[in-house]
Amino acid sequence: MTVRIVVLAKQVPDPETPPSQFKIDESTNSVIPPNGVPLVVNGFDLNAVEAALLLRDGGADVEITVLSVGNEFVMDAMKKPLAMGADRLVLVDDEGLDKIDSSATVKVLAAAIEKDGPFDLILGGRQASDWDQAHVTLGLAEVLGLPLVSLVQKLELNGDSVSLQRVIPDGYQAITAPVPAVLTITNELGEPRYPNLRGIMQASRKKPEIFSLADLGLSAGDLAPKLELKKLYVPESNKQVELIEGEDEADSGKKLALRLREEKLI
Amino acid sequence: MTTILLVAERDQQGEISQASLQSVAAASGLSDAQITVAVTGEASGSASSLPVEKVVSISEISSGDSGIYEQATADVAALVASTNPDVVLFNKSDFGSVVGARLAFRTDSAFAADCTEISNASGSVSVTRPVYGGSALAEFEIASSPAIVTLRAGAYEPTSKTGSPSVETAAAGSADIRASVTDTVAEARDGVRLEDANFVVSGGRGLGGPEPFSVLTDLANALGGAVGASRAACDAGWIDHSHQVGLTGKSVSPDVYVAVGISGASQHMAGCSSSRAIVAINKDGDSNIFKEARFGVVGDWEKVLPSFLATVRELKA
Ligand SMILES: Cc1cc2nc3c(=O)[nH]c(=O)nc-3n(C[C@H](O)[C@H](O)[C@H](O)COP(=O)(O)OP(=O)(O)OC[C@H]3O[C@@H](n4cnc5c(N)ncnc54)[C@H](O)[C@@H]3O)c2cc1C
Repeated sequence: MTVRIVVLAKQVPDPETPPSQFKIDESTNSVIPPNGVPLVVNGFDLNAVEAALLLRDGGADVEITVLSVGNEFVMDAMKKPLAMGADRLVLVDDEGLDKIDSSATVKVLAAAIEKDGPFDLILGGRQASDWDQAHVTLGLAEVLGLPLVSLVQKLELNGDSVSLQRVIPDGYQAITAPVPAVLTITNELGEPRYPNLRGIMQASRKKPEIFSLADLGLSAGDLAPKLELKKLYVPESNKQVELIEGEDEADSGKKLALRLREEKLI
Repeated sequence: MTTILLVAERDQQGEISQASLQSVAAASGLSDAQITVAVTGEASGSASSLPVEKVVSISEISSGDSGIYEQATADVAALVASTNPDVVLFNKSDFGSVVGARLAFRTDSAFAADCTEISNASGSVSVTRPVYGGSALAEFEIASSPAIVTLRAGAYEPTSKTGSPSVETAAAGSADIRASVTDTVAEARDGVRLEDANFVVSGGRGLGGPEPFSVLTDLANALGGAVGASRAACDAGWIDHSHQVGLTGKSVSPDVYVAVGISGASQHMAGCSSSRAIVAINKDGDSNIFKEARFGVVGDWEKVLPSFLATVRELKA
C-alpha cells in the first residue's frame, strides 16, 4: 500500500545573504530583498524532502506531496522539491495569507492536511530560516492530535510504526512512534540531493494544485494574529576589531598569542 | 499583578540550572511579578530557596519520555489550567523548545521562542527576539494570555538572590503516550565540555578538510579548552555535529573564542557572540567575522596557526 507523505515547505529569503547586504524597511517592518538574491525553499525543508526520498530509495512505495502556505509564490523556488523527486506540489495561495502569524499558519496547514489527507507521515524542517521559531510543525502535531518527534536524523518505516534517530547534544536517541506521526527533520540527515536533468524536466511539466482559504473553509477572520510585530530592525554593532599585523603571517600568529596574553585572556 | 509560571530545569548536579536562574532574573524584572517555579522532581536543594513566591514540584521526566515530552507537556498543561498564569517562561533548551511549543498550541496560546528580552512595562507583554538567523531583531507585542515564551541562554544575568518560597506538589496531567525512547546513544566526551570551556577554538570551511582539526585539538589541549566547528565543517563530515556552534548547534561563552576559517555568518555568531573576546583568523579581510571580532589576523591559517600554537605553548611552559 502506498505510504502518503506530506512535506511542509516554505519559501524564504536566501539565509546565506551576507549580513552586509541584509536590509530592512523599517516603515513596513519587512526585509528588502537584496538585488539578485532570489527566494529559496527553506533549507531544512529540503532535508525533509530528502528524508522522504530516502524512504523511497529504500524500497518503500511512497507518494510525496509538498505543501506550502503563503502568497506570491516563486515557482522556480517552490518546484525544487519536485525536481528532487517529490510527486505533488500543493499550495495554499491567498492574499489573506500575506501577513499572518505562525499560529494562523498552523491552522491553515491543518485544514489543508485534512482536505488533502489522510497522510501517514507529516514531515517538516527543524526550523525556518526567516523567523527561526522552530514551532510550526510541532504545533501542527498538537492541532492534529498526532504523535510528534523533533530533530530526526534517520527514519525507517516498519508497517504501522517508524523507527527514528533523534539528535541530542552528544549523540542520538532511538525512538519508535506509531504512524501517522509528525516529524521534524534536521540537517544531520545529510545533504539534500541535487535535482538531475530528468527531475527538472518532470518538475517543469507539473502544475501545482492550488487551494484558496475559502476552499479550506477558512476566512481571514479565523486567522487573527496572536503576536503583533511592532518593530523589525538590524541591531547596531560598534565592535572595532584590532588587527594584529606581523612581518609575515607566522609572525602575526606569534604576536596574536602575545597580545592575548597581555590582555590576560590566555 | 502579572502571574508567571516559570518551568525550571536542572543541571547535571540536580541543582536549578544557570539558564533557569537567568529566567528567574528575567521574570523578577517584570513589573508587579508574582512568580511560581515548576521543577521536575522533589523541590529540594537550590529549588527550595529560590527568590519566588512558590515552588511546585511536577513529576520527573522518564527516560522514555525525554525528548518527546508527552507526559511533561501534559503535566505543565495541567498546572497552567489550574493556575491560569499570564506568562509561562521556559529556557530555549531542548525541553523548553518542545514543551513550550506543544503547550502553546495545545492551549491555543501565543508562543515566542528564543527571546532575548521580555517586558510588561507598557501593560501587555512584549518580547524581543533575534530573527533571520540573528541578522535582525524583532519586537512583538503579545495580545493574548497566557504568553508562552522561551528565553535564550545568556540574555540575562542569573539571579543571585534567595528566598523562602512555599512548596507544593502538583498533580500529574493525563497524557496519551505514543512515541517512546527505546535507547540513548551518546558519544563519550573526553576533556572539558564545549559548553563549559573557557577557551574554544572553532574551525570552518576554510580549513579545507578533516585533518587540520588536529591542530585545533592541539591548541585546545594546550589551553585546557575545547574544539568547536561551523555547520559547514560539520555538514562536510570533517567533524561530528556535536561540535557545531551556532543557532542550531551549541551555545558557548568562553573567555576566548578563536574562529579559524569561519566567515562569521549570523547563524554561527548566534552561538558564540556572548564570548568575552572573539579572535578571527581568516584570509579574507572583508569577511564578516572581522566585524564581530575583538582581535584578528588576516591571513592563511596554515601559516598563522602553527606559530600561534607554538607561542601559546612557550607562554604556558
Ligand atoms: C536556519 C539556519 C541555521 C544555521 N545554523 C548554523 C549553526 O548553528 N552554526 C553554524 O556555524 N552555521 C549555521 N548555519 C549556516 C551558516 O549560515 C553558514 O552557512 C555557515 O556558518 C558557514 O560556515 P563557514 O563560516 O565555515 O563557511 P564559509 O562561510 O564558507 O566561510 C569560510 C571562510 O574561510 C575563510 N578561509 C578559506 N580559506 C582559508 C585559509 N586558508 N585561511 C584562513 N581562512 C580561510 C574564507 O575567507 C571564509 O571566510 C545555519 C544556517 C541556517 C539557514
